[in-house]
Amino acid sequence: MSESARKDTPEQAEFRQYCRAWLQDNLPPDPPVRLPLSPLEITTSEQLDYLQAWQKKTYDAGLIGCDYPLECGGGGRRDCQRVANAEMAAVKTPFLPNVIGLGMAAPTVLFHAREEKKAELLPRLFSGEDIWCQGFSEPGAGSDLASVQTFAEKQGDKWIINGHKVWTSLAHFADWMILLLRTDKSHKYDGLSYFVVPIRSELGKSVTVRPLIKMTGETGFNEVIFDNLEVDDSYRLDEVGKGWQVAMTTLAHERGAGEMVTPRSGGKGKSDDKEAASVFGSSALVDLARSSFRNGKTAADDPVIRDRIMREIIREEGFKQSSRRARVQGLQDHPMRIPLQNKLLMTEIMQDVAELATEIEGAAGSLSVADPNAPAAGRWPLAYMNSFGMTIAAGANEVQRNILGERVLGLPKSK
Amino acid sequence: MAQPTNFGFGEEEVMLRDSARKFFADKLPTERLHALVGDDPDPHRSLEARWDPALWQQMMELGWAMLAVPERAGGMGLGAVAVVALCEEVGRAAFPAPLLATLNATYILAACGSAAADQAMAEIIGGTAVSFAAINRQGSWEYPDTDVTVADGSLSGQACYVQDAQKVQHFVVKARCGSGTGLYWVAADAVGVTIIPDAIVDLTRDQARVEFSDVAAIELSDDAVAALNQAMPALWTLQAADMVGAAEWQLQTTVEYAKVRKQFDRELGFFQAVKHPLVNVMVAIDQSKSLVYNAACAIDSEPGKAARFAHMANASASDAAAFASSRSVQFHGGIGFTWECYIHLYFKRQLHNQALWGDAAYHRTKLADMVIGPVAA
Repeated sequence: MSESARKDTPEQAEFRQYCRAWLQDNLPPDPPVRLPLSPLEITTSEQLDYLQAWQKKTYDAGLIGCDYPLECGGGGRRDCQRVANAEMAAVKTPFLPNVIGLGMAAPTVLFHAREEKKAELLPRLFSGEDIWCQGFSEPGAGSDLASVQTFAEKQGDKWIINGHKVWTSLAHFADWMILLLRTDKSHKYDGLSYFVVPIRSELGKSVTVRPLIKMTGETGFNEVIFDNLEVDDSYRLDEVGKGWQVAMTTLAHERGAGEMVTPRSGGKGKSDDKEAASVFGSSALVDLARSSFRNGKTAADDPVIRDRIMREIIREEGFKQSSRRARVQGLQDHPMRIPLQNKLLMTEIMQDVAELATEIEGAAGSLSVADPNAPAAGRWPLAYMNSFGMTIAAGANEVQRNILGERVLGLPKSK
Repeated sequence: MAQPTNFGFGEEEVMLRDSARKFFADKLPTERLHALVGDDPDPHRSLEARWDPALWQQMMELGWAMLAVPERAGGMGLGAVAVVALCEEVGRAAFPAPLLATLNATYILAACGSAAADQAMAEIIGGTAVSFAAINRQGSWEYPDTDVTVADGSLSGQACYVQDAQKVQHFVVKARCGSGTGLYWVAADAVGVTIIPDAIVDLTRDQARVEFSDVAAIELSDDAVAALNQAMPALWTLQAADMVGAAEWQLQTTVEYAKVRKQFDRELGFFQAVKHPLVNVMVAIDQSKSLVYNAACAIDSEPGKAARFAHMANASASDAAAFASSRSVQFHGGIGFTWECYIHLYFKRQLHNQALWGDAAYHRTKLADMVIGPVAA
């Protein structure tokens, strides 16, 4: 029996059996098109259709939203999402396309929306029929998120929204957006409010979505412009002026430190049952070093390269073991100490692995995805560039270090 | 056998850790430690060990020296996870005592699997402190290397960098025996044993070169390499736990200083040039601590992976120790550079720790041999 299975509650054990059996019979066919590396890089409707169909199927089978209440389309279970995730990871299912919906919008809606809105929004979010995106950053509000200027003005039961959001992943496919905006210009933090807004139906009218081109040449994120978008007051989450507190719920989940476990499917995310699959690719470095040359011999025999690969393998194992330790009550010095390090570590290990991989490739690391001779199909220099999206997004890592220094170490605030 | 998700860290381990933390904080708070070991700043000070044997006596009465002695040999037979919890506290207190040395010897003796080794462990239970005398003049960490040879049951030669040599009553000595290497049990006061203390940087330990001149010895094992293959992961992991505990003290002490010390009308910790590196120290400690408990858990329940995980833990902890040391002195500013500020005690202990039983680069080299395979000749 697997280690994780031995620690299951009766409910989890039964659910694990169910997931395992269901997955055995329902693995999806191979995709008809090449899939991107992450949901945030979905570019074609063929990719989206295939992935959406998979999400719908897993939701209908009860593998998504397991821990959410029955009334809002959830499974009403206790701590079972991680079970479904582990089972899906073990058989390497395709990833779930509605990643912002599942990871950020759903917990925020659950904790802050009116009851009838939860029932209206969450089932279609879980099934992937509605794709969600996140309207937080603006041209003038990045790490200093609370300085957003997109403004909502109250007119009767409606709000009229004007403004400009950027770095909006999936907006080109999205039906809904979680939106942090300003309802009062005289207070910075207390002048913010939080809405969920339908954008698909307003495209070409009061909402404009335009692609932004990343440094890699890929699209994938967008800018979104609101020109008198009218939204009913019932789509406001929590009270007027409480937007910052609601946004904290979203951000905690985005950074992997939230209360709800995000539904995940696919090879990313570790399987407890297999020899540790490398999440960040550090073990791929070994294979790469074996097939790359340096000073006339394989890079795998170069002592400097060996040392640097070991550093990354150790960091990745450390990250994994910290996630394990975070669940052992007696082994923590501060309850938020490990959870708040998640985003920092994940993104920096990923970045350093990609950088080292590109370096191991040597001269061939100069070849892009467009070159037929590029090792690993040009994946590593591309991954290295894309990794900056991760170290910058969700609060740049410099902001994460402020948060850790202030909330965990108790150092004075830097602003 | 798979590892338990909670590392096997339960109530018993929490109690041991908490009582150890309280014991060290009560019996030897940092100012008393400094008075005890830092009495003489002169690098040419006398070489006698500075420690409190009465406290060591109390620690043995608490059973800490026999924690890892297997039950078959009359000990408590606790898992390595419990032992590292204790070692973390030893490091946090920078405590001068032959506890790690004796625990280390226990793991080696347990791996010998001989009646003589079981008898030696019975002596540990009876209050004997032990140190492993293994390193040659070149400081080699390779198992077969030694400057001691055995002939007709008698040892001759020298062992260098022997830890706590003035505090222990017995040595486990690694010696060449014909074409192989064996392990031997020798009393520190046996005829022909000469202990020549080193002058060392670390004030919380003593270390010596031990000379053996035709010393009668009891054979514990005729295959030191096999015994050490089994035991060394524990030594590396215990050492890493000591470093993690000491680094946590360095972090917390520096954080407290950064909250009160003001420059430019602000507390130091306000400045991101101070705040962010302190966060980086914390992250490095947490990574190492997690790897330490993982390695300890592997020793207890997944021995086939113990060496690999222990290399990871020790490499990570050595780097975290070096980092915590450098930042603790730097961020204390001018006062951090003086003898009166306690942080030098930890800086020096960490410097010693970092190279004990293999430094970070050594452990990464060994790990690479396991993960990638040896370098082609």
